Amino acid sequence: MRNATLVLVRIYLDHNATTPPAAEVVDAMATALREQFGNPSSVHHFGQVAKAALDDARSAVAALVGGDPSEVVFTSGGTESDNFAIRGVAEALEATGRRHLIATAIEHEAVLNTFRALARRGWKTTLLPVDQSGIVTIDALEQALTDETALVSIMHANNEIGTVQPIAQLARLARSRGAVFHTDAVQTAGKIPIDVKALGIDLLSLSAHKFYGPKGAGALWIRRGVRLQTPMTGGKQERGRRAGTENVVGIIGLGVAAQQARAKMAAEGDRLAVLRDRLEEGVLASVTGTAINGARSPRVPNTTNISFDRIEAESLLIALDLAGIAVSTGSACSSGTLEPSHVLKAMGFPPHRAQNSIRFSLGAANTEADIQRVIEVLPGVVDKLRSLTRTVARV
Amino acid sequence: MRVVVAMSGGVDSSVAAALLAEQGHDVIGLSMQLYAQGEASAGHFGSCCTLDDLNDARRVAATVGFPHYILNFERQFQDTVISNFVTEYASGRTPLPCAHCNSDLKFSTLLDRAQGFGARSVATGHYAQVERTGNRWLLKRSVDRGKDQSYFLFSLTQHQLESAVFPVGSLTKAEVRHEARRLALQVAEKPDSQEICFVPDGDYASFVATKAPRVAQSGSIVAESGERLGTHAGIHRFTIGQRKGLGISAAAPLYVLRIDADSGDVTVGPRASLERTALTASGVNWVAVDAPASWLPVTAQIRHRHEPSAGRVRALDGGRAELVFDIPQPAVTPGQAVVFYDDDVVVGGGWID
Repeated sequence: MRNATLVLVRIYLDHNATTPPAAEVVDAMATALREQFGNPSSVHHFGQVAKAALDDARSAVAALVGGDPSEVVFTSGGTESDNFAIRGVAEALEATGRRHLIATAIEHEAVLNTFRALARRGWKTTLLPVDQSGIVTIDALEQALTDETALVSIMHANNEIGTVQPIAQLARLARSRGAVFHTDAVQTAGKIPIDVKALGIDLLSLSAHKFYGPKGAGALWIRRGVRLQTPMTGGKQERGRRAGTENVVGIIGLGVAAQQARAKMAAEGDRLAVLRDRLEEGVLASVTGTAINGARSPRVPNTTNISFDRIEAESLLIALDLAGIAVSTGSACSSGTLEPSHVLKAMGFPPHRAQNSIRFSLGAANTEADIQRVIEVLPGVVDKLRSLTRTVARV
Repeated sequence: MRVVVAMSGGVDSSVAAALLAEQGHDVIGLSMQLYAQGEASAGHFGSCCTLDDLNDARRVAATVGFPHYILNFERQFQDTVISNFVTEYASGRTPLPCAHCNSDLKFSTLLDRAQGFGARSVATGHYAQVERTGNRWLLKRSVDRGKDQSYFLFSLTQHQLESAVFPVGSLTKAEVRHEARRLALQVAEKPDSQEICFVPDGDYASFVATKAPRVAQSGSIVAESGERLGTHAGIHRFTIGQRKGLGISAAAPLYVLRIDADSGDVTVGPRASLERTALTASGVNWVAVDAPASWLPVTAQIRHRHEPSAGRVRALDGGRAELVFDIPQPAVTPGQAVVFYDDDVVVGGGWID
């Protein structure tokens, strides 16, 4: 505290929770706050400046996912985009008799809880299982699809373990049965290449703050022709698909972040994969009783999820934070609950393993030295906790 | 020194943390989440350690400038404190959950965690004092006699006392409030919590009946003579010395004298029958002395709000003790603690049989 003799060097390894805005993003947003304050719906000069900025951002987001700018609707982020997609399709198709929704058991809460809410209102919902690889099988989807299935929502990459789903195959199957296909790409947008046409999907959610943009800005890509009920009624913004004066500054930040991510993606992905693999090798070699969750599956390059035998993840997280290393247990949204990770549980791991896993998610500022430091610090921290924890997580 | 402060979100533990930080200690604030929060928790829970309290603790930590974490102790709280609370009521006894929480959670599981984080000690906002004398750690009453909580801490072992820090034990409540204002803590004017934290509405009977429906069986209210006076809706609704809620009219006031969990009988009688001269206790923890083989003069406190009464105590085999009062005392209640004092020093204590 007041012992200012030691300044703790902090290492941020929680980029799947959020990322620090890029300098270019901060600059663009600061400029926008000062100079582009107009309402994009206004006819005059000030409105036109703001509208032009939205157009630029829309093009940048469209380019990031391989879509057309007219198909991009700005939202407040991933959760709103997921809600918009799921509720929008469910309500648009309600009258057709298609009242069945499919997702996976490892979706983000934004999807799972939206499903639960719709289930309470009479929709049938199915959550597809995954195996210990963390991947959904085509067979599982095949079995779940019916003629009443309105929507299939399957995340592109999982936020806790980073596994990437075979979206193209899943989407092809779902659409062949007349269902709309949505993917929550919050953990892949800006990290790995996305081409909505090659994936053959209908809807895609993304969020700016996961790729060095600001919080409070995101987008839903809506393939032209997909019918969707708008969640928000009001003005004609976003072609009537999302009413309310646009978050211009946030959207400008999103646009710049999308541009930057697209330009740096290939090199940065390779760099992070090397660091991530080094981290995994180092941890497995230096800490006994550790295992990587989802390691054998295709994964986003920045994420690893490691279980520590005989450790409460909660304690390890705190001990690491006190040592200057920021990580998380599963998704930030479910931190603070006792529930073991629903993702690891769905993957078939016993509760104790689902309760003693830590997610390390790397990003732009991380260096080899950071990873080296984690590998040096971790064994001592784990040993200490293991020697003192009298109540370990129960099976 | 790195020290963990157990923060409830109240003014006492907030001031405890802030004072330690001000003294230059490396403070880590930990709050225990003891029951499910969020949508499922509407209903019973909520006078302490609710979401609001956790937020208060977090704001204090941010104001003072030390890290704060929430630890999920739902399972441990259930296993150590709630289950004991329910079992005791179901056995016709009157539990003292705060004492169990102190020795079995705060200075046990939480202390383990604290040590895992590199802290030697756990500080709390309790009004009590710890002192090293000779080769012993002594537990003493707080300076503010009216707020003293040493009664709830009697079961701390020497090892636990060595690790315990009570920064507000040397202050009066008024001084604590004053410090909170001086330090600009958001909780300076927050009211004290009164009830048992997990039963904020004070309706223990409903709580127990929800957790253990089998206890809510009707039984008889009987006189000392054995005469049946009426029926009741479960022994968990009674405590020794209780006068209200018996549902019986009598010429002279009647008090609960005995609760028999096996038969379900609640025996009532006049106040004179409530008095006891002696008691035995189990699970006795000797703090200031080794277990005394011969009679030791003490004052003994048998409830939180009981004026200690003079008597003598001696150790029995099997971690038990026998106490004889100089003057008979009303309502010696099984399940409550009896704590032996020598002036302000806790000699020891145990659970009344």
